[in-house]
Amino acid sequence: MATAVVPKSKIQQSLALYQSSIGKKYVVAITGALLFAFTVGHMLGNLQIYLPNAEEALISYAKLLRTSMEVLWVIRIGLLTAFVLHIVTIAQLYNLNRSARPQAYVKKTPTVSTFASRTMYVSGPILFFFVLYHIAHLTIGNVHPNYQEMNPYRNLVWGFRQPLAAGFYIVAMSMLGAHLTHGVWSMFQSVGFNHPRYTPLIRSFATTAAAVISLGNISIPVCVLLGIIGKDVV
Amino acid sequence: MKLTLNVWRQTGPTAPGKMVRYEMPDVNPDMSFLEMLDVLNEGLIQKGDSPIVFEHDCREGICGSCGFMIDGKAHGGFPKTTVCQLHMRHYKDGDELFLEPWRATAFPIVKDLMVNRSAFDRIIQAGGFISVPTGSAVDGNAIAIPKSNSDRAMDAAQCIGCGACVASCPNASASLFTGAKIAHLNLLPQGQPEKLDRALHMVTTMNEEMFGSCTNLRECEATCPKGISIENIAIMNRHFVEASFAHRPTASEAGAG
Ligand code: HEM
Ligand code: FES
Repeated sequence: MATAVVPKSKIQQSLALYQSSIGKKYVVAITGALLFAFTVGHMLGNLQIYLPNAEEALISYAKLLRTSMEVLWVIRIGLLTAFVLHIVTIAQLYNLNRSARPQAYVKKTPTVSTFASRTMYVSGPILFFFVLYHIAHLTIGNVHPNYQEMNPYRNLVWGFRQPLAAGFYIVAMSMLGAHLTHGVWSMFQSVGFNHPRYTPLIRSFATTAAAVISLGNISIPVCVLLGIIGKDVV
Repeated sequence: MKLTLNVWRQTGPTAPGKMVRYEMPDVNPDMSFLEMLDVLNEGLIQKGDSPIVFEHDCREGICGSCGFMIDGKAHGGFPKTTVCQLHMRHYKDGDELFLEPWRATAFPIVKDLMVNRSAFDRIIQAGGFISVPTGSAVDGNAIAIPKSNSDRAMDAAQCIGCGACVASCPNASASLFTGAKIAHLNLLPQGQPEKLDRALHMVTTMNEEMFGSCTNLRECEATCPKGISIENIAIMNRHFVEASFAHRPTASEAGAG
């Protein structure tokens, strides 16, 4: 970062933009926005478990997603790229921020910053491990006790009947809620959008969206554990 | 009233520092915080100890010289108050306070509670100015400025460069300072000719000075003695990215100058 230069060529210009702390924040914000959009869609997909014939609904949803494997892979690779860029850029900013204050305060008292905003570097890494586990658990199925190809409903029910797995999902989704509470308003500020009329609305939107996504997803393992979902699976 | 102070003592930039405890048996609640330290220093000098070094000048909240952390909050954390404007009546008998210098790589400690804020000067030198032709002053009313722009520019211009934003930021970011200085000029017609160069050069210098990166925690805005809004950071971010895309090398930058 200390090597940021005044650009002389087009290439240097783009590099200088990425080398700058602000350019990096744009990358975090734009990739964060993509990941946020994905979590919204994913949660809506998940909530189909509350439909009357959930098993059928989830199987046809899984088939719908696989209408074209090419398109699915384009989306997967896009999301993976966003995920990797988000984390790599954050790691670089984290190092920069560490070196910007090598000696910590003996006493430091936060004033207005929210708990969620101060723990982005805790909720984020937990989400990273969650995503790895989640793919192994319900997409590949290799860490699942009773994986059935193309039957999300049964995989969910069997998977969440294990209290440890369900517990990890619940913790991870709380972390997602915290991460998005700050992240979703923060991305607007990072790309330079702040207006006294809209910013308070954006903050309420962020908190609401985060709560809905987090609680919507948490309700599923909770309902499985309580036996509300999956009575028909023996 | 009785106070216990834990003050960061450090003899020089590279010397190791430590917290030293001082008992103040009789603090007058009408004293300002700096006057309280003056009294402590009188006592230290009489005992032959070296006085606590802290920066100050105007003692009325306009010069930006003073500032240190009180109990982990920049300037003590009172709304729109510099430490020189802070009075002891805000504290209670028996309180124990921790006094520390601003901590940032970009702000090396000079001694005790005093840091070197020249990094801010270098950010200003990079673009915190406008170029005007010499000659007689233009009629003040000749340039039309929308009221809301002049208001916002004046709000940003209130920055006194004390460094509390950097100090209170968990990332030691100078975004509020740099944002205020950029927005202050970029919102006004007089700032337009150098708008993009200003954003590009001041942000680049800010990065070179090893300040951290903003994570939108808003600690700076809350502790800024002038109440400067993080809206200025958003303006900086926009103008910097615009400048990065639009920039054309000038003759001198391209090496032909
Ligand atoms: C489901 C995956 C994720 C989503 C939806 C997501 C979303 C977001 C969003 C929207 C932002 C705000 C961007 C900005 O203000 O610039 C953000 C910032 C951030 N994310 Fe993530 N993120 C995810 C995964 C991760 C992971 C795995 C990490 C861990 C390394 C992480 C760490 C961070 C950090 C540290 C920030 C910066 C906070 C700030 O700017 O104040 N995120 N994230
Ligand atoms: S001494 Fe001038 S602002 Fe405090």
